[in-house]
Amino acid sequence: MYNSIVMVKQVPDTANISGKVMKDDGTVNRAKLPAIFNHEDRVALELALQIKEKYGGKVIAVTMGPPRASDILRECLYMGADEVYLISDRKFAGADTLATSYVLSEAIKKIDNYHFVFAGRQAIDGDTAQVGPQTAEKLKIPQITYTEEVIEVSDNKIRAKRKIDGGFEIVESTLPVLLTVLKDVVSPRPFSAKRVMAYKNAKSLIELEKLAENNSLLYIDKLVHEYEERGHYIKTLTMDDLQLEDSRCGIKGSPTKVYKVESVVLGGSDHVGIEPTKAGIGELIDKLMTDHIFG
Amino acid sequence: MPNFFTDNSDLQFVFDNLDLKEIIEIAEDDFEQVKQYNYAPRDIEDAKENYYKVLEIVGDITGNFVAERAASVDEEGAKYKDGTVHYASGTVENLKQLAQADMMGMSFPRKYGGLNLPFTIYIMSIELISRADASLMNIFGLQDIADTIMKFGNEEQRQEFIPGFCKGEYTGAMALTEPDAGSDLQAVKLHAYQDEKGQWFLKGVKRFITNGNGDILLVLARSEAGTKDGRGLSMFVCYGKDNVKVRRIENKLGIHGSPTCELQFNDTPAQLIGQRKFGLIKYVFDLMYRARMGIAAQALGIAQEAYEEALKYAKEREQFGKSIYTIPVVANILIDMRVALEANRALLYAVAQTVDLKEKLEGKIVKLKEQGKPFGEENTRLKRLVKESNFLTPLAKYILTESANKITFDALQIHGGTGYMHEFKVERLVRDARITNIYEGTSQLQIVAATGAVINDLFAEYFEAKEKKDYKGGAAPLVNHLIEIREIYKDCLRYMVDKRDNAFQDVAAKDIVELYGYLYVGYLLLDQAEIEPEKVFIANRYILTSLAKARMNSESIKDGLFNDILHANKILT
Repeated sequence: MYNSIVMVKQVPDTANISGKVMKDDGTVNRAKLPAIFNHEDRVALELALQIKEKYGGKVIAVTMGPPRASDILRECLYMGADEVYLISDRKFAGADTLATSYVLSEAIKKIDNYHFVFAGRQAIDGDTAQVGPQTAEKLKIPQITYTEEVIEVSDNKIRAKRKIDGGFEIVESTLPVLLTVLKDVVSPRPFSAKRVMAYKNAKSLIELEKLAENNSLLYIDKLVHEYEERGHYIKTLTMDDLQLEDSRCGIKGSPTKVYKVESVVLGGSDHVGIEPTKAGIGELIDKLMTDHIFG
Repeated sequence: MPNFFTDNSDLQFVFDNLDLKEIIEIAEDDFEQVKQYNYAPRDIEDAKENYYKVLEIVGDITGNFVAERAASVDEEGAKYKDGTVHYASGTVENLKQLAQADMMGMSFPRKYGGLNLPFTIYIMSIELISRADASLMNIFGLQDIADTIMKFGNEEQRQEFIPGFCKGEYTGAMALTEPDAGSDLQAVKLHAYQDEKGQWFLKGVKRFITNGNGDILLVLARSEAGTKDGRGLSMFVCYGKDNVKVRRIENKLGIHGSPTCELQFNDTPAQLIGQRKFGLIKYVFDLMYRARMGIAAQALGIAQEAYEEALKYAKEREQFGKSIYTIPVVANILIDMRVALEANRALLYAVAQTVDLKEKLEGKIVKLKEQGKPFGEENTRLKRLVKESNFLTPLAKYILTESANKITFDALQIHGGTGYMHEFKVERLVRDARITNIYEGTSQLQIVAATGAVINDLFAEYFEAKEKKDYKGGAAPLVNHLIEIREIYKDCLRYMVDKRDNAFQDVAAKDIVELYGYLYVGYLLLDQAEIEPEKVFIANRYILTSLAKARMNSESIKDGLFNDILHANKILT
């Protein structure tokens, strides 16, 4: 029996960007973007589910994000996660990888006994690939990044194949361990119809608070209790629940400052014809040197 | 991320307007199951939301995965090696995903692990799957053999076989056809016998068995030695694989992913389903409703994809300095295809709901009988629904499968020479569509099955009520055309009855069934146009085309076109 915690993230659908999506302070205006389940995290969840099928145990999905991130937690339930946690607080907003990994690692410490922490290699919005490794450091556990395959788990040890430049290596680690996973390792399973029907109404504390706000007949404690009884409550952790240091969270705890964001549009208007001659190629090279593309 | 359910506006429209209230009420039995199963619905709205979500999943799997693998499945095909059938690798992946998504036991009760979905929703799934890969539907659709076990088997048999389907561990096959018993199933010879302990065994050969390599086989066999007709046949269930020998698989024009097997039963142990002698006359008859609806939905799925391909190609392809989509002749063909698709879809799901309700009432009556409660009212309604289903099922199968052949034919035509090439998808769609009007009863047999109701004017009252209805907007003038078609039908009917010539009536049946079909579909489209004004374009072209065709049908019947049937021998020498 091995328990896994999977860190998942809701990301802007960068393949379908339209309009102004960057705020003036250099952070992403998430409200302007369709939000999707970061693909590599879904692959990580699939890997965790396969380990559960093979060795038993449970799979817990965790996300830090705004209230609407509970969408992807429902999707985790549809795929087969046993429990899900939304870690959400206004004070978490604007977090860089340092602040994010601080919050996530504190949440993971609080959640459960685990043998594996899984994460996608990176999220398509930040592309940093730092949150996984930083979380492992803060949890003081070993990490296997760029995982391609979990070969074997036995005697509290794991053997896994990880990608390296020009090939792969097979590594061994004690448990618990954190693994970051590449995108084509396994194909994530589709939603189970039964689980969709069962969990489509699962709600986080924040969503239930909204329900209660709009209807004076509903009391939040009673609602949470009802949803818990039905198995429809998405466990929600805030800064207070985790007893975090204010100065290490959100924008306050984030030393990374985005200086400037530029939208680079590669236009097709300035095509230049180059003669396929020695002289033509020479001119092209000169031009590229002047533009600092070469050299 | 294409989703074959959410990207199809007409299917969305049809789904939104399904009338499933009574079907859900009977199927969900006061919504008591929610106490036992966390995926059972709480009320009608909740149930409908569940159905939408299920179809969304099927739409996702088919649009994003199954469709991607379809070309390789067609290329690789199912293979036969060393006595074993191997699916194409894409088929294996497809089945795995469908099983993971809980789609292999859609309509069975939750007690056995199923989703308890209405037949109508199951048929919608078949449309989606067939649009992505028609050959996958043949394997997916055979989950339906468990329906026969569900209805006519005993509780032990249900417990033994159905959960395996629901988990996706079993696929099935329906072993009816034999070398000398195709359309004429009364001629089935495969021998069923009992040993002294009462154990049944099967011996003989079945041919053209779709997915004959499946885990569970439903087998029609002659249990009554010495008999020659359908009354000597019983239905059996047995384990396939090691118990049945696959002698070969066929090399087919299309649906390459679906293995068509010749099976040899060498004293295979089997269990009797239901009562002896009822195999053909009751159980095959019953499963044919669902099987034929499945093929009609398969045809619609293939046709939908052919239309999508043709439309996309027409928009992209430039000739004479413009996209060929802007050429009126091409646009006209595309509109014809679109109108046929929407008319077909209206028909398919109207019939699916009829068959669905028929089955639900059958189940309800069984329960009422058990509880010793009166069921007179339900029985009267059931009788009517049986009559309607007996007519509408073959009508839908006939119209949709013939139409799919026409639509795929036209889709290839729009592609021009390119479409004839293997690299383009439309060529596969043409090949896959070609079987739909042959198997589960040829078009000619569907006509035979549908004729009785047409001769008896089964929907007379329904049409009369529609004629008197005050249609609004663009639909209003179209009613007059339908009234005219009905006059033509009545006139032809009188002519046929008066003529008292059986051979003539057999040949003319096709025309008169088609006439009746225009009326039934025409009113469905008028009703749609009342809900959604843009649909008036569809209704308009459908009804005007039908009127022109109706005149031709009438001339065929009345102008002596078929008189030369008597001289067939002379003409055909």
